[in-house]
Amino acid sequence: MTLYFTTEHEWLRVDGDTAVVGITQHAADELGELVFVETRPAGTQVKATEAVAVVESVKAASDIYAPVDGEIVEGNATLSDDPSIVSTDPQGAGWIVKFRLSNPAQLEGLMDAAAYAAFVG
Amino acid sequence: MGTDSSLLYTPLYTLHQDFGGKMVPFAGYAMPLQYADGIMAEHRHVREQVGLFDVSHMGQVRIRARSGSVEDAARALERLVPADIVALKPGRQRYTQFTNASGGILDDLMVIAQEDCLLLVVNAACKQADLAHMQDNLADCLVEPLEDRALLALQGPLAQDVLSSFDGDAASMRFMDVCMLEIDGARCLVSRSGYTGEDGYEISLSAKDADRVARQLLQHQQVRLIGLGARDSLRLEAGLCLYGADIDQTTTPVEAALEWSIQKSRRAGGVRAGGFPGADIILEQLEKGVTRRRVGLLPEGRAPVRHGAPLYADAALAEPVGEVTSGAFGPTLAAPVAMGYVATPYAAVGTELVAELRGRGVPTRVASMPMVPARFKR
Repeated sequence: MTLYFTTEHEWLRVDGDTAVVGITQHAADELGELVFVETRPAGTQVKATEAVAVVESVKAASDIYAPVDGEIVEGNATLSDDPSIVSTDPQGAGWIVKFRLSNPAQLEGLMDAAAYAAFVG
Repeated sequence: MGTDSSLLYTPLYTLHQDFGGKMVPFAGYAMPLQYADGIMAEHRHVREQVGLFDVSHMGQVRIRARSGSVEDAARALERLVPADIVALKPGRQRYTQFTNASGGILDDLMVIAQEDCLLLVVNAACKQADLAHMQDNLADCLVEPLEDRALLALQGPLAQDVLSSFDGDAASMRFMDVCMLEIDGARCLVSRSGYTGEDGYEISLSAKDADRVARQLLQHQQVRLIGLGARDSLRLEAGLCLYGADIDQTTTPVEAALEWSIQKSRRAGGVRAGGFPGADIILEQLEKGVTRRRVGLLPEGRAPVRHGAPLYADAALAEPVGEVTSGAFGPTLAAPVAMGYVATPYAAVGTELVAELRGRGVPTRVASMPMVPARFKR
């Protein structure tokens, strides 16, 4: 399994042609406690930079984007009852969607952990 | 945020930094959006204990009649606002609006009557325009912005306990009373009012005393600093308007459901009826009603319905009957909460509407305001 990061502050944990996608600790800290998470339905085909989910804090709604092209396999159902898991454990239990990659070559454009740490500063 | 020469700073900027405030630009000022606890926890803390807000960005203005008579100042200000200012007794505060010729709202404000002058608290984003408006229209008065003042708000059910530990007179004040209190040696003009729906005080004091007094208040372990994020969710649950969102130059006080702030003396048949900008329109609306009204809204589910979302009569989402003007997640309600304008036939409490959110309908019920009961000490 390999971990990738995007400039939109998302992470992908890739295993074969599937990936689990979530937001980084940095993004979770910026957003504050979340009150609502809505993922697009399983089976939705998305292109890179299209929304796969929306997360809402008290103040604002933010889209979560597909890092690469693919198909949504499932949303994290536990978040509809307790969206605050994204805030408390964004890189673990607070994952947002599972995703099937349609073009794994696109992963080459993403960052590894060290590059992301440098990007966030 | 380092210091940015394009922004203004309140006297509490250092305090905000010391307490981990996440600073954002707001109405030209660097202001704390939140502190380390976050908006949800800060909001709940105000409802359960007591919070301290820096609202020094707001404009504080003194109006004195050139004649020296406070009644002349009150009569003059009544040329610009629909409230009864003449009857406002020294030591009392009242909410009103500056109106324009079409009955719209230029700003909303608090007016405090003193023995020799009136003091106004206006919105930060409007204060320059308000000053120009008053200087243009109140030639018989001296209109003086109080630049060297800070404004703190101490809000929550324990506010009285905290403030009366500094000056016992705080306990005997009622909602909208105003008096001078001494806090840690600083003379402060304090009103029992606020913008959260909770009991509490707003404290006007010299800028040079503000940091010291704020730190003294924070010595009480029940007092925590609260940012603008929680201030917004608190006022929304309390059904209080945000200027620029829920009221503006295109909404009248009657459409905005603020007619409670227009006393009988200024209405048709009153002793000083009309005489403010847009009075013909506003007085007629008071008699005959309006075509749209500001209402409280409770969307179903957990997804917040926000500013700009259209409102429909049914799930067909065909013709909008209104629009959301403020919306967020209400931490006390533990549910989304909003307000907006709807066509009058849809304004009755309990009316079932449908808000459009990301292309689909969210059942939304018209609710009585405030959505969280106010706990003012009347």
